[in-house]
Amino acid sequence: MAGAVINRAAGRNKRAGGLLSAAAWVIAVLFIIPILWMVLTAFHSENDAAKNPPSFFAPLSMSGFSDFWAAKPIPPLLNSLTASLASTLFVLLLALPAAYALSIKPVRKWTDVMFFFLSTKFMPIVAGLLPLYLVAKNTGLLGNVWALVIIYTSMNLPIAVWMLRSFLAEMPIEILEASQVDGAGFFTQMYKIVVPLVMPGLASAALICFIFSWNELLLANTLGGNTAQTAPVFLTGFVTSQGLFLAKVCAASVAISLPVLAAGFAAQDKLVQGLSLGAVK
Amino acid sequence: MRSTQRVAVSVAVVGLVAAGLSSCSASSGGSSGGSKTLNVLMVNNPQMEALKLVAPEFTKATGIKVNFKDLPENDLRSTASTEFAQQANQYDLATLSNFEIPIYAKKGWVADLTKYTSDPKSSWNGKDFDQSDILKPMATSLTVNNKIYGEPFYGESSFLMYRKDLFKAAGLTMPANPTWQQVAGFAAKLKKGSTAGICLRGAVGWGQVMAPLTTVVNTMGGTWFDNNWNAKVNTGGFAKATNFYVDLVKKYGEPGAAQAGFTECDNAMIQGQAAMWYDATSAAGTLVSSKYGSEIGYAPAPVEQTKSSGWLYTWAWGVESASKKKDAAWKFISWASGKDYLNTVGGRTGTGMGWANVPAGARASLYTNPNYLKVASSFAQPTLAAINSADPNNTGRSTHPPVPGIQFVDVAEFTDFGQKVSQQISNAIAGSTSVSSALNASQSIAQDGVKAYKK
Repeated sequence: MAGAVINRAAGRNKRAGGLLSAAAWVIAVLFIIPILWMVLTAFHSENDAAKNPPSFFAPLSMSGFSDFWAAKPIPPLLNSLTASLASTLFVLLLALPAAYALSIKPVRKWTDVMFFFLSTKFMPIVAGLLPLYLVAKNTGLLGNVWALVIIYTSMNLPIAVWMLRSFLAEMPIEILEASQVDGAGFFTQMYKIVVPLVMPGLASAALICFIFSWNELLLANTLGGNTAQTAPVFLTGFVTSQGLFLAKVCAASVAISLPVLAAGFAAQDKLVQGLSLGAVK
Repeated sequence: MRSTQRVAVSVAVVGLVAAGLSSCSASSGGSSGGSKTLNVLMVNNPQMEALKLVAPEFTKATGIKVNFKDLPENDLRSTASTEFAQQANQYDLATLSNFEIPIYAKKGWVADLTKYTSDPKSSWNGKDFDQSDILKPMATSLTVNNKIYGEPFYGESSFLMYRKDLFKAAGLTMPANPTWQQVAGFAAKLKKGSTAGICLRGAVGWGQVMAPLTTVVNTMGGTWFDNNWNAKVNTGGFAKATNFYVDLVKKYGEPGAAQAGFTECDNAMIQGQAAMWYDATSAAGTLVSSKYGSEIGYAPAPVEQTKSSGWLYTWAWGVESASKKKDAAWKFISWASGKDYLNTVGGRTGTGMGWANVPAGARASLYTNPNYLKVASSFAQPTLAAINSADPNNTGRSTHPPVPGIQFVDVAEFTDFGQKVSQQISNAIAGSTSVSSALNASQSIAQDGVKAYKK
């Protein structure tokens, strides 16, 4: 009798599980359809891409990609890489010590500090656009990719601090105490114990910062000018009010998404681990 | 394996790349600030894309390097307005329209080019720029207080394009000077299945739906404002024209009209899904090479109370007052807006190239060029006539605001209130609001927009 109950419960769980995974599939498919559409359109000719109703089985063409390449995408891609990588590096260098001082050896009123970090994200970025523009203009940083590095660093720092703090808070303090007993100094501790243990956290924080700065358009468009044009700004250049552009834009979008995909793939294992670590508290 | 290794490898690669990049971007930043380099901000229309491809020839002839930043129209306008208002000197020159140039000139943001135009020595090849060859309405729209602030790259008016074969099949004839009532009658007879009777812009934007609509307003006796800045949007000719326009496009227009702009209508004509299209004269070059190209006829902008009603628009070069390279900027302008440039792109093939796509509507001499007339014979004269009949300072209306502009009101605030009004009209075309409530909302938007001028 008891066994029957358990069996029934297991059956119900199985059914519920089946429903859940079906739901997960539906959502995943819904998310991926626009992306697949983009990839498919990228391989169509401009005329086929503009057809209404859409023609799925139109002959494939590389014309979108050759238009993308003809527009000289390398300088903007390099600018994007510089801005994203340098800012991510600075964010990690600054966020890790900050997170350390907020969790392992909490400073006084650390909750206020955390809240202060978060509060810098309250203001919509567009509200700061004009002041940033004026500062950049007066310091001669307009059109300089390092202006973007500085801004992206400060933009992403609060997120990274919050993420890393939750990872560090998970870390058993006893390990640090034990290493201290063994005579490890502060830097040895950081390098040999803290960093390896929060690697998943660092990887996911780095990836998120990289994605945010890679995709940023508003500031790059306003401050980047001609010389520090980034990939998303370059992408908007394909949209035109005269003439067809769908295939070009899709091809450019595919090409510009590839570095982020590559970064995501490289950090995938760590990322899954890191994201779930943060969630299970 | 692997995850740690993989992460380690990717971190190492990332570090190396970053180090390499920072050094190379530093060097490229240095070179682009050189005295022989111009930074050009421009709209990414096909003619400008073609310019980008032939620009190395200018560099070869003059030694002046040119960096282009090309943006979609709306982004270009917002970027240009911050750039010029701040005199930030990120760019030396930009494509500005005859909407911006008079406003910028009055504020001192664009440089006076008058002295260059008459000095052959200052041009890129030492030849006379020939200012008198620039079509008069274009030159007028870029001149403020007798000083020239811009040189047109290409210009346009508006006219009615129609399919001669469909007209013939339906037993219709296009009159030499059609009226809007006649056009509405044709549209009703020509709408069949998936073919729209007429394609008209309905998309949000003061440069989208408001451009053709405002020309209809003008010819139906309406105006945005009287000469004392009282908004006249929900009364008289403005209301009549809007009702007419919305009704026409809803009944006989293209499907999805509330999202359709220049590109969508252009595409509809190319694919044979519209029998008529009232839009820019510059569209003709894109139609002539299409499947139905030989079947397309051109008639003047339809009228009602005025003799003509075409708009006037140009993308022109304006030099920033703060630029330290004005002489080099003029060399570039004298090349891009010069007579020889037309031969440069006319003889090639590719995006925006070829004689059908040369930057037209700027120079009178183009309209006597046999190479151009060979491909453009069907639309060259209608285009020239449309441009020459457009007067930015006199639309033939009885009352008008004390600023120039045919399809726009030439005050800086227009970009904002024109945009908001276009939203209302587009909603009316989509059917989510009635024309009268859209116009009532627009009336107060327009009145608020000019409160700084109203005495």
